[in-house]
Amino acid sequence: MTETQAGTGADVAAAPTSQTVPAIELDNVVKEYTSHGEVVRAVKGVSLTITEGEFFSLLGPSGCGKTTSMRMIAGFEDPTGGVVRLHGEDVTGVPPNRRDVNMVFQSYALFPHMNVWDNIAFGLKRKKVADAEIRRRVGETLEVVDLLGREKRRPKEMSGGQQQRVALARALVNRPRALLLDEPLGALDLKLRQHMQIELKRIQREVGITFVYVTHDQGEALTMSDRIAVMNDGLVEQLADPREIYERPATKFVAGFIGTSNLLGGTVQEVAGDTAVLALGAGDRVVIPRGGTVAAGDAVDLTVRPEKITISREQPAGDVSVVRGTVSEVVYLGTYNSYMVVLADGAEITVFEQNAHDSSTTAERGDTVWLSWQPRHSFVLR
Amino acid sequence: MSSRLRAALTPYALIFPGGLWLAIFFVVPTVVMLSLSLQSGDVVSGYAFTFNWHSYVDGITTYHDQIVRSVIYGLAATLIQIVVGFPVAYWIAFRGGRRKSVYLFLLLLPFLVSFVLRTISWQFFLSDNGLLLGPLKSLGLLPQDFHILATSVAVVCGLAYNYLPFMVLPMYVALERIDPRLLEAAQDLYAGRTQTFLRVVLPLSLPGVFAGVLMTFVPATSDYVNASVLGGTSNTMIGNVIQNQFLVNQDYPVASALSFTLMALLLAGIYAYARVLGTEDVLEVAAR
Ligand SMILES: Nc1ncnc2c1ncn2[C@@H]1O[C@H](COP(=O)(O)OP(=O)(O)O)[C@@H](O)[C@H]1O
Ligand SMILES: [Mg+2]
Repeated sequence: MTETQAGTGADVAAAPTSQTVPAIELDNVVKEYTSHGEVVRAVKGVSLTITEGEFFSLLGPSGCGKTTSMRMIAGFEDPTGGVVRLHGEDVTGVPPNRRDVNMVFQSYALFPHMNVWDNIAFGLKRKKVADAEIRRRVGETLEVVDLLGREKRRPKEMSGGQQQRVALARALVNRPRALLLDEPLGALDLKLRQHMQIELKRIQREVGITFVYVTHDQGEALTMSDRIAVMNDGLVEQLADPREIYERPATKFVAGFIGTSNLLGGTVQEVAGDTAVLALGAGDRVVIPRGGTVAAGDAVDLTVRPEKITISREQPAGDVSVVRGTVSEVVYLGTYNSYMVVLADGAEITVFEQNAHDSSTTAERGDTVWLSWQPRHSFVLR
Repeated sequence: MSSRLRAALTPYALIFPGGLWLAIFFVVPTVVMLSLSLQSGDVVSGYAFTFNWHSYVDGITTYHDQIVRSVIYGLAATLIQIVVGFPVAYWIAFRGGRRKSVYLFLLLLPFLVSFVLRTISWQFFLSDNGLLLGPLKSLGLLPQDFHILATSVAVVCGLAYNYLPFMVLPMYVALERIDPRLLEAAQDLYAGRTQTFLRVVLPLSLPGVFAGVLMTFVPATSDYVNASVLGGTSNTMIGNVIQNQFLVNQDYPVASALSFTLMALLLAGIYAYARVLGTEDVLEVAAR
C-alpha cells in the first residue's frame, strides 16, 4: 500500500522526486456548506494520497462527498479544515486557473459557442502557447480521442459520446499533472459506457497522467482503477486496490456497496490461536479466520461472497464451514444460477453457481441444501 | 372531420386570432398610410391618390436634420443603455441568488407608471433649479446658468431611461441561461476573471444584447415624447415632426411619407445589423 509513504508535507517538499512526492494529498480535509442557515458537512475528514501516474477512483453512493472532494482538488472550493497538496505544495487559496490539474465535468460543460477545435485549444491559448504548438497539440489530441475530421463541428452537432471525448481532449491537451473526472460516463448508455471505460484506460496508459476518477458505479471503479477510495457519508471507508476491496471489504458498508455479499450475525464461541469459532443465529457453528481480532462473547457479522459458496444436496465433507437451509428461489442467469437460501433463523444467503456442466440446477425451490465455503473466504466485519 | 385533417388545421386555427388582429390593426392602416403618402391635395378640399412622390422629396429635404438627429439620439441612447444595462443584467443573473425575480420586479416598477408621467417627472428632476441641479448650484458646484433641460443630453438621457428595461430584460435572459459550469470550465482551463468574461460570458450574452438593441433602438429613434418634454425647440426629432404634421398641420401626405421614410431607414438598418452581427459566426469570432 502506498498511502503510508507520504510522511509530512515539509520533508517531502524538501526532496522532490517523482518517487517521493505524491501527485495529490488530502490531509484530514473537511468541507462544510451553509445552506438555509444549516451547516452541511459534506466531507468530514478525508486523508488520502494519490501517486503519480495512478488511476485512482473515488467510489461511493450519491451525496457521499465525492464531487466536493474533487472540487477541492480542482480549486473550486476551499476546505473548511485540513490541507490539499498538489505535488507536495499546499494549494490553499490557489485559484483553479493556477492549478496544474484539469477537470472533465459530468455534464461536459463544453463551450457551446465554439467549435471542437476552439474548445480544445481554449486552455493552450490562455496559457499563451505558440500557435504552431497549439496546432500540433490539438491535432495530436484529436487523434488520441479519435475525433480527427470533426474539429469544425459545434458541440450540439455531436453525439453524447463524441461530446464526452471533446471534454476529455479539452482537458488532456494541456498535459496537466492530474486529470479529474467527475462521473464522466454517467450520461452515456451502457454499451458506449463500456466502450469508453476501455478507451479511458487506454488513454491513461498512453499519456501516463494521474487520473482521479469519481463514480458511483462499483463495476466501473473495479475494472478501471489501480486503487479505490470507497466513500460513505463524507468519510473514506476503505482505500485499497480493487481486488482487496472486493475480496476483503473492511467495513459492512463496503461489503454491502461492492458486489453482492451475505451478512450472517453470530456470537464468538471460542478463540484458538489464529482462528475462532462462531455460532450463527441458526445454530450452525463455523470457523472464521483472523481469530486474533475477536474475543469470546463478541457479537460480530460474518460475510461471504455468493460465488465463494458451494451448494450441495449432501452434507459436504472436509475442512469447510457448513450451514443448512432451504432454497426459496432459483434464478437462471445464463452464465450462472443464483439461489436464495433461507436458514433456520430466517437469515437469507445468496449463492452463485457457475453453469459449467449442463443447464440443470443443483437444487429446486423447497429443497433442503448444505452451503459450504473455505473459512479463508469469509471474514468478520464490525 | 377526420383527426388528420384536424391536426393539419390546428396550427392555422391557433394563429387565426393573432393573424386577424395584425391584419386589421397593422396591415390595413399601413396600406392606408402608404396610399396617403402618395396623395396630393389639402385638408380643406380633400386628398386624391395621384402617385405624388413630392411628399417624400419635400419631407426628406425639409426635415433632413431631424431625421439625422433622431438616428444619432437613438444610437446614443442605445449605447448608454448597453453600458448601463449590462452590469445590471449581469448582476441580477449571476449575483441575484434567490431574489432574482424581486430585482427584476424592482427594475420594472417605475414602468408601471405611464410613459408620459415618467418623462414629466424627469422634467422636474432635471429642471434648472430642480432636485438635481438646485442643490449643486446652491453649493456652488455648478454655475447659476448651467442647465440640462432643453439640451440634447436631456433628450438622450430620457430616451435611455425610458427604454432601459427593453435592453436589460433580453440581456438578463441571455446571461441567466449561461451554465455556471461553463465559467468553472473556463477557470479550470487557465482563464482568469477577465478572460472568462471576454471569452465565455460576453460572447454568450451577445444574442441578448442584439435583441435588446433591436427592441430599444427602434422605439427610441421614432420617439417624440422625450424630445417634446425634455428637449425644447432646438432638439426636435423626426417623431415630433410627424406628430406635428399629422395632428397640427394635418398635412397627411407629408406626415405619412416621413413615417415611411423612417420605417424604411430602420428596416434597412436592422437588416444590415442582422446580416453583420446576428449570426452564430459572430459569437465564434467574439470568443477567439
Ligand atoms: N454548494 C453546496 N451547498 C450546500 N450543500 C452542498 C453543496 N454541494 C454539495 N452539498 C451537499 O454535500 C453533500 C455531498 O455532496 P457531493 O460532494 O456533491 O456528493 P457526491 O458527488 O458524492 O454525490 C450532499 O449532501 C450535498 O447535498
Ligand atoms: Mg457528484
